[in-house]
Amino acid sequence: MKKKFNLNPLIIAVWLALLFLPFKGVKAALILFTVISTSIYLLNFLLVYTKPLLAKLKEACAVLMNNLQTKKKQTESALLISRYALLVFILFVPFFAKDYFIDVLILAGIYIILAQGLNVVVGFAGLLNLGFVAFYAIGAYSYALLNTKMGLGFWSSLPLSVVIVVFSGFLLAVPALRLKGDYLAIVTLGFGEIVRLLANNWDTVTKGPNGIGGIEPPYFLGTSLGRLSYFYYFILVFVAITVFVVRRVYKSGIGRAWVAIREDEIASSSIGINTTAYKLYAFAFGAFWAGTAGALFAAKMQFVSPESFTFMESVLILSMVILGGLGSIPGVILGAIILVILPEMLRGIQLYRMLALGSGLVLLMIFRPQGLLGGKGVSFRG
Amino acid sequence: MFLLEVRDLTKHFGGIRAIEEVRFRVREGHIMSIIGPNGAGKTTLFNCLTGLTRPTKGGVFFNDTDITVFKPNNIVKLGIARTFQNIRLFKEMSVIENVMVSQHCRTKTSLLSSILGNKAFMSGEKAIRERAMEYLELVNLEDFPETLACNLPYGRQKRLEIARCIATEPRLMLLDEPTAGMNPQETSEMMELIKKLQALGKTIILIEHDMKVVMGISDNIAVLDHGVKIAEGTPDEIKKNQMVIDAYLGKEH
Repeated sequence: MKKKFNLNPLIIAVWLALLFLPFKGVKAALILFTVISTSIYLLNFLLVYTKPLLAKLKEACAVLMNNLQTKKKQTESALLISRYALLVFILFVPFFAKDYFIDVLILAGIYIILAQGLNVVVGFAGLLNLGFVAFYAIGAYSYALLNTKMGLGFWSSLPLSVVIVVFSGFLLAVPALRLKGDYLAIVTLGFGEIVRLLANNWDTVTKGPNGIGGIEPPYFLGTSLGRLSYFYYFILVFVAITVFVVRRVYKSGIGRAWVAIREDEIASSSIGINTTAYKLYAFAFGAFWAGTAGALFAAKMQFVSPESFTFMESVLILSMVILGGLGSIPGVILGAIILVILPEMLRGIQLYRMLALGSGLVLLMIFRPQGLLGGKGVSFRG
Repeated sequence: MFLLEVRDLTKHFGGIRAIEEVRFRVREGHIMSIIGPNGAGKTTLFNCLTGLTRPTKGGVFFNDTDITVFKPNNIVKLGIARTFQNIRLFKEMSVIENVMVSQHCRTKTSLLSSILGNKAFMSGEKAIRERAMEYLELVNLEDFPETLACNLPYGRQKRLEIARCIATEPRLMLLDEPTAGMNPQETSEMMELIKKLQALGKTIILIEHDMKVVMGISDNIAVLDHGVKIAEGTPDEIKKNQMVIDAYLGKEH
């Protein structure tokens, strides 16, 4: 029996070669084409012959898993120990780590808060928001302006900024929530751009593309938190509060109502959930965290400019949520950490790091559409 | 006493007349069936009663309140709940969560107390869970509270939808083809369940194609054809009605 020739590897190779053609010229593209096509065929060839071996390996794994199940108690205690180890590590990072690493971790912390906010909107309530960075920007600019123009400290401007952000969340939600799915996404995308352009062009208030500098770091009990290690603990506290509150709300009737709306809007209105009100809550609640993160970002950088709030930023936050697992709180934490730290680690291959990150995301979405820790098989359905 | 009164209800979709001046009344505690060939407007009628579509003309009165223009969630709060013809469960939620979320309109949820997790909140959650288990027991699903709804077999999904419906504590339940696609065994179980609901004091309106079910449990039957009510009466009256026979089997020429 003649086997059918497999064309797929050739197509993949041609596609990748075409992608590279404009950057590296014909020669490089041809080399890439040959390398990829031969290697995929070789891999396929190997796979055919290693299939029995793989099957045996799988069996061994299953046996191992069974053994693990019986030793569940031991693994549980091991898990507990590793958890405490992680906690200790997190608590004592500033004592041994370099400033650079602490800086990255602070950024990761800010993104965790942001991503948790977006997780409420997209992961729990299922409303695709492509302009989430708008709330982040409003929070950052509110603190920047309140601090530099009115001389308010961090602690008095934080609640004010958050109120402003939540209010703008309502403002966007009221017209936008009449729309569904893709249409909602487009409107939120527009909102994000409007806020960025406003910051870029309203020179008299926001100083346009020059940005606002000289923002004070927060003070706590009379000491400035401008030092990196202090700011690290400061962020840590905020991250803990965020995760705690979001988790509690998720486990309550409010969280259940959000998930019900995500699963089936018509059915949830038919069991008595006021869908409009709850979508509004989700928007406002998400905006609340984005605003907090924005104020923290402004306090950390002591400088804000429109450059930090581009559409790519919205995409990055959304990638964190989807990578970690829509609706999964630990997943989103992991997603945020990975997407902040990975690009830093990949600095070695400068040119190709975005390519590597992008293909990594594509592969993840193919093989694990529910995200890294997306437990209940929730994947994105628009 | 009449619990529900439908007055000259009309719904047009553009040029299509889905329902035309339908009127009927439902006595409290009765089971009423609505039958008719496919496309007769039965589901549209349910959508009008539950606020999912707004009727073109006419009115719906529940317990003497005009609910014609009410939103779905307010109608549920007054005491009308429904199931859907093609099951609409919250697929990625567990069985018990499906029932817990359905008690939403009967329980208070405050942001602050859920964040603080205080005593009142905790006992409230516990009560919701316990009540959810009771409703699951009523439909014989108490053995799988943590299964995801999408992993249940078809017959159980249908029953879960009914549990979700009861959890809103309705006085009137609208069941859209509860026995569709079921085998005889499951169908007779479903009939038992519907009778049990009636015994609990619920009023029920049923859309159903299975004549054994309809004739077996209905107190009253209304027949729709092309959006018009062509007959109404007890099962015996409907069986003998010439217009009904014509609608179902076609006229003799």
